[in-house]
Amino acid sequence: MKTENQRTSGRAHKGVMAMAALAAASLTAPAWAVDFSGQTVEWVIPFSEGGGSDKWARFYAPLLSEALPGQPNVVVKNEPGAGSTKGTNDFAKNAAPDGLTILGTSGSTQFPFLLDDPRVQYHYADFQIVLASATGGVAYLPPELAEEFAADADAFAANNTFIYGSQGATRLDLVPLLAWEMLGMDVEPVFGLKGRGDGRLMFERGDANIDYQTSSAYLNGVVPLVEEGKAVPMMSWGSLDENGEIVRDPTFPDMPTFKEVCESVAACETSGPAWDAWVAFFVAGFPAQKMVFLPGETDAEIVAAYSDAFKAVTERDDFAEISAARLGVYPQSTGEAAETQKALGTEVSDEAKAFVKGWLKERYGVEL
Amino acid sequence: MEALAAALPALSEAFALILQPTQIGFLIVGVLLGLSVGVFPGLGGIAGLSLVLPFIYGMDSVSGLALMVGLVAVIPTSDTFASVLMGIPGSSASQATVLDGFPLAKRGQAARALSAAFVSSLIGGLFGAIVLTFFVLIARPLVLAFGTPELLMVTILGLAMVGTLAGRIPLKGVAAAGLGMMVGAIGAAPALGSGRLVSAEWPYLYDGLQLVIVGLGIFAIPEIIALLRQDRAISRDGGLGAGWLDGLRDWWRHKWLSLRCAVIGVIVGVIPGLGGSVVDWIAYGHTVQTSRRNPEFGSGDIRGVIGPESSNNAKEGGGLVPTLLFGIPGSGSMAVFIGGMILLGYEAGPQMITNDLDITYTIVWSLALANVVGAGLCILLSQPIARLTTIRFTLLVPFLFMLIAFAAFQSRQSLEDLAALAAIGMLGIFMRRFDWSRPAFLIGFVLADQAEVYTYQAVQIAMIKGRKGTAPMLEFLFSPIVIAILVITIVSVWLGMRQSKKILPEGDISSGRRAAPLSFALLLAAFFAWALIDALSISVFNDKVFPATISAVALLATLAIIVRMLLAPPESALFADREAAGEDADAPHGLWPTIAWFASLLVLTSLFGFIIAITLFFVIFLRWRAGASWSRTVVLSVCGIAFILTMASLLNRDFPPGLLQNYLTLPWPFG
Repeated sequence: MKTENQRTSGRAHKGVMAMAALAAASLTAPAWAVDFSGQTVEWVIPFSEGGGSDKWARFYAPLLSEALPGQPNVVVKNEPGAGSTKGTNDFAKNAAPDGLTILGTSGSTQFPFLLDDPRVQYHYADFQIVLASATGGVAYLPPELAEEFAADADAFAANNTFIYGSQGATRLDLVPLLAWEMLGMDVEPVFGLKGRGDGRLMFERGDANIDYQTSSAYLNGVVPLVEEGKAVPMMSWGSLDENGEIVRDPTFPDMPTFKEVCESVAACETSGPAWDAWVAFFVAGFPAQKMVFLPGETDAEIVAAYSDAFKAVTERDDFAEISAARLGVYPQSTGEAAETQKALGTEVSDEAKAFVKGWLKERYGVEL
Repeated sequence: MEALAAALPALSEAFALILQPTQIGFLIVGVLLGLSVGVFPGLGGIAGLSLVLPFIYGMDSVSGLALMVGLVAVIPTSDTFASVLMGIPGSSASQATVLDGFPLAKRGQAARALSAAFVSSLIGGLFGAIVLTFFVLIARPLVLAFGTPELLMVTILGLAMVGTLAGRIPLKGVAAAGLGMMVGAIGAAPALGSGRLVSAEWPYLYDGLQLVIVGLGIFAIPEIIALLRQDRAISRDGGLGAGWLDGLRDWWRHKWLSLRCAVIGVIVGVIPGLGGSVVDWIAYGHTVQTSRRNPEFGSGDIRGVIGPESSNNAKEGGGLVPTLLFGIPGSGSMAVFIGGMILLGYEAGPQMITNDLDITYTIVWSLALANVVGAGLCILLSQPIARLTTIRFTLLVPFLFMLIAFAAFQSRQSLEDLAALAAIGMLGIFMRRFDWSRPAFLIGFVLADQAEVYTYQAVQIAMIKGRKGTAPMLEFLFSPIVIAILVITIVSVWLGMRQSKKILPEGDISSGRRAAPLSFALLLAAFFAWALIDALSISVFNDKVFPATISAVALLATLAIIVRMLLAPPESALFADREAAGEDADAPHGLWPTIAWFASLLVLTSLFGFIIAITLFFVIFLRWRAGASWSRTVVLSVCGIAFILTMASLLNRDFPPGLLQNYLTLPWPFG
């Protein structure tokens, strides 16, 4: 218990320091003092090539290169392993605070941290954030089940057994699995999938009869199925407004959110420990999904240079156009907004943590 | 018919797009890059594609596709050099090629084996493209027909090839495959992540061992060590007995085999979720089972090269179906390829057929064209490059150790990669020595994950369906496709058993002493017992069943072998031991001193980091072990180091650090 307290206070202390440094930096040291001419920035992605985080980083890399002072060469370096904890541990331990090594993380990096996975040797308080990218998620059903759901959600939950292709209960899949369970649905996850794309394929084959995809994968992979009449959206997870309230996802304004569905179903409650835990992990997994960090000791000017560079990228005239297909319509936050996202995504109350751990143990036998 | 009507204009449009000087230029650049990267074992398409991705952004789409496709297409072609010449399986596409390709090289027929392999690749690739052109239009329902039970059945078909490759004692083949599956099961379980044969204090193994390390350790290291003990060229008589034209003639004689294997390649490649890792084994098994006349499989049968090589390039074409139509990459390089397509403005999905059919055909036929250019180049190069097998092998060894260590390090980029390589290498050395089928081990390893996941998923879905009654459950488990593959599997096992006496995957080995082979069997039994205890201690049922079952079966098989050993006379085939008599036993250099050279490289690396270590190793090895003059030593060392530095800096790769780097911050490449 003592160590936990020490860590928390240390974290708060460091956080304040970083904020102060940042504030001071933006007042005193102009960003042009930093110059990366002729240098190479390594962007560490603790996931393998071709995954969501890899695509996200490779989208940003050339734009970042243009926007940074001195136009350095920005290369993406994949360092996968141990569910992204390996690359992140290495970065936390070894990255020099010279602005030439940056880290991109995702919800899959935050979940092991939030669940006290023993492999985690990094702490988010030791990182300085320069960009936060949000995303969303959509659950969908085969047309027959969607009809039942629309007619009577309670009966739909009570009368059916669902099969869902999952990558593992401790990953982002935790959010949909918990949501469905709260609705009183009997969802049997079939584990061992290599990616969410495989989950969609299982659904298409009819082996699974419920699935969810993150926004960009939904737009690319599921919308064609919806148009063919082979799938119907059930709900989105929603999105956070500036007050931290869950509202309809701006990419899918016509879909009800899980919160709305939960309110309409007798078995589900939008208060209490289950709801709080779901919200906590939803926020960590989706609105605060992907973040870019510099090492904690990095000079304030360098951090400011990165913050400004990402700000410049997201404020490009053509940004909406070039990013819509690849990132979805979601806030890309820099500066203070990013700090807020970081806090939301990496700090979860002890109650929520305890609830989720207990649920994982009881429901799936997973002990962390 | 309607689909065909849409296909023809798209096809001609695709040809108009490809057959432009600029596009062909980019395709050739891609092919050349792919050939250079593919020669490196363990790097493969991912490294090559990552190299060109930064340039893709902003290119016109057909040029960008031509560049990427050219690169991807020739990787399974160029990795044949390493598998035939050095016995190093460069990627999963060339595991089976090693079995007969390398013995052919040792018989002085490297040029023949290479040109036969390349012409098979070429035809396989072309044939794949032709089939794909029509097939892609109707592929979607077929892909969707492959559910979990069907995938499980294909995996079992792959495992059934163990029956063909088990060697002289079938039980030893079973145990070897079990060992491979247990090594494949090491790490976090695919279902719920329980650790197997690992501890939290040593997290390296949590992700399991990668195929690069296991392939190199099981095949390459034992062969290199064995050859190094002989102190002569790879080609036994130092010459090139047969030339590249012989290889072309061989292919012509076995053209139907080549086409059959190409069909296998396309079909298995189309099925998502198998990742192409079984293709060359199924093709090899098919080759063995259908070759009646004078089989010499395992000791240099040209058909054993033609079969798998015809299938692995065809597989690349087939693999485009799940990649393009479903956005589900069949391999790591295909995942990067999808990323590159997005950079060019194309999203993989069903619209690749409905709206972008011309682009789909552009990709398919760029792949075919790249195969022709790449394989054609390789055929021309096969004669000069085959000369490597006539050089004194000892002079090549530092280069090979360097390549292998560097390749293994790409797995996790930690020093433990090299330790894992050494450990698997030792296992490979002993399996080779005591005649435990290494192909059976590798098949087990490659299919372990799929076998576990699909079994578990099929059973779980069947049980949920079973809640509604037995009929839906049986319907799910025994679809017509499952039954068809089941029949193929049974026929294949039957044919395989009949042929297995004719194929000795490890060659002919004499017996003699009892103690050494028996000790190795006892060690294996101890490992299986430990693995069984470890599996039983896992609390999550889903994660426990597979390793417990496999280790129990393998333990029983090994115990049965031990019992038979205790009853058998020392000259029984059970006691196969290369050190008893034959080439190894008569080698001028001992086994352990030769292993010590390799171990010294690892020890030096762990102390000083890779670049300093390999420099020292080059100099010391060439001067003292190879007895080269100082001038020759210096020239070869400089060439070797310069080569690896150039490749690593181009591909943006680091080298393994050692203890020294903990205390000193050194610049690249030392740090």
